[in-house]
Amino acid sequence: MKRREFLKLAGAASLASCAPAPQKAAVKPRVLVIGAGFGGATCAKYVAMWDPSIHVVLVDRVREFVSCPISNLVLGGNRTMRDITQSYDGLKKYGIDVLNGEAVEVDSAKKLVKFGRGSQLVYDRLVLSPAVDFLFNEIEGYEAAQQRVLHAWKAGQQTVDLRRQLEAMPDGYVLSVPVAPYRCPPGPYERACQVAHYFKQAKPRSKVLLLDANPDVTSKGPLFKRAWEELYKGIIEYRPNAKVVAVDGNAMTVRTDFDTVRGDVLNVVPPQRAADIALKAGVITTNNRWCDVDWRTMESKAVKGIHVLGDATLSATGMPKSGHMANSQAKVCAAALVELLNGREPNPNPVMNNTCYSFVSDKEVIHVASVHQYDAGQNTIIPVKGAGGVSAARSEIEGQYGWSWARNIWADMLG
Amino acid sequence: MHPLLIAAALAAAPLAAVAQDSPAARSLAATCASCHGTEGRSVTQEVAPLAGLPREHIAGQMKAFRDGSRPATVMHQIAKGYSDQQIELVADYFSRRPR
Repeated sequence: MKRREFLKLAGAASLASCAPAPQKAAVKPRVLVIGAGFGGATCAKYVAMWDPSIHVVLVDRVREFVSCPISNLVLGGNRTMRDITQSYDGLKKYGIDVLNGEAVEVDSAKKLVKFGRGSQLVYDRLVLSPAVDFLFNEIEGYEAAQQRVLHAWKAGQQTVDLRRQLEAMPDGYVLSVPVAPYRCPPGPYERACQVAHYFKQAKPRSKVLLLDANPDVTSKGPLFKRAWEELYKGIIEYRPNAKVVAVDGNAMTVRTDFDTVRGDVLNVVPPQRAADIALKAGVITTNNRWCDVDWRTMESKAVKGIHVLGDATLSATGMPKSGHMANSQAKVCAAALVELLNGREPNPNPVMNNTCYSFVSDKEVIHVASVHQYDAGQNTIIPVKGAGGVSAARSEIEGQYGWSWARNIWADMLG
Repeated sequence: MHPLLIAAALAAAPLAAVAQDSPAARSLAATCASCHGTEGRSVTQEVAPLAGLPREHIAGQMKAFRDGSRPATVMHQIAKGYSDQQIELVADYFSRRPR
């Protein structure tokens, strides 16, 4: 979308906010959504679909959606960037204004968000689905090493660059995992599989060294370990309790509490917190990192009128920071927004679910699934006992379901 | 459209409107949409669309997943997370969606 249209909408919004009361009644209530990923795009679409009388504006700093789920397959050479990139144009048919811009300030008293270069938008309800930002400064030397040391933990240019590094490298690849919670718990272990799969085909002498700050694999552990043993024996080496504390981009080394290791490619996933705009909006509540919410509405516990979705939230028990989870949270939020903006009570018993597929090779997949129901006694949402679980074993049929999952959830958020 | 079909569609409209007006059913059904498509209209061959399937069929399959009589890769785990009443609401909702 062109900047002048953004400004036009921003101008109209300012006028709307200054309109006298009798006219204001005729103005559509506005939901402003910042962040057009699995949480934000889904929320925007479902609000607009369920109540066309609400004006929905969706803003992101990228012009096309690039999916983190499936992006490890690009690193493995089994999918392309084109496969994981989607247009936002499909949302226009719901009457959603999709704008390109970066939110820089939130004024919750005036119900106003400022964007770069002086534009601003007012809202009746604000939804922040900003994902995570990285705490590079918690790893010594990382900020200086960023030219050579990548995280590729947001799909996009870094995904392309890391793939090029892997293609160019002669020998060893080091991947490090931060202390949980971080975005996409099984992601690092899937990435190790994808890179090892590539090495097996193209560079059989190369190794993957997986340094995990956690005491054990944080998701689908037995299934990943079995894949490493049976598919990538001698290629993947896994070291638990190996927290990376320093990076040297010149010597190409990482240091843990125990030793220093060298790699031709260093892929260091930094510790994370809710993204900067959540900090600026004052919705970070816990450990200076995450945003606690009311799970019936996804409304912030810190600031009224602001709802937070996805990886930025303080996860409830048993709830992973995943795209599917964000999609599920977004629908609870959308339903609540429709009720609230129509002066009704939101659903007191929301249900969410999650299914995360991980590709352990080009064809074989494993999953973890869960269902979450609101518990009024505990004032939170909890996994249903006896439901959910993991794959019995990796399989090609789940490989088909995994790829189907991606196409359906992309369509569910953008189509 | 044949006049009788129009009459049938009009007759069905109040029911459809009631279903659409139930936020609880709509929200429950939306939890299926991540894998089965928005409003149960899957965009892939691998995963079954739910829109327009008979209510009894959807509810029966969910219960078969839950008690293990229909084997599955993941649905047996998902189905156990929903109560009988929730399954009935979801089945009813999808049965009213256009394919």
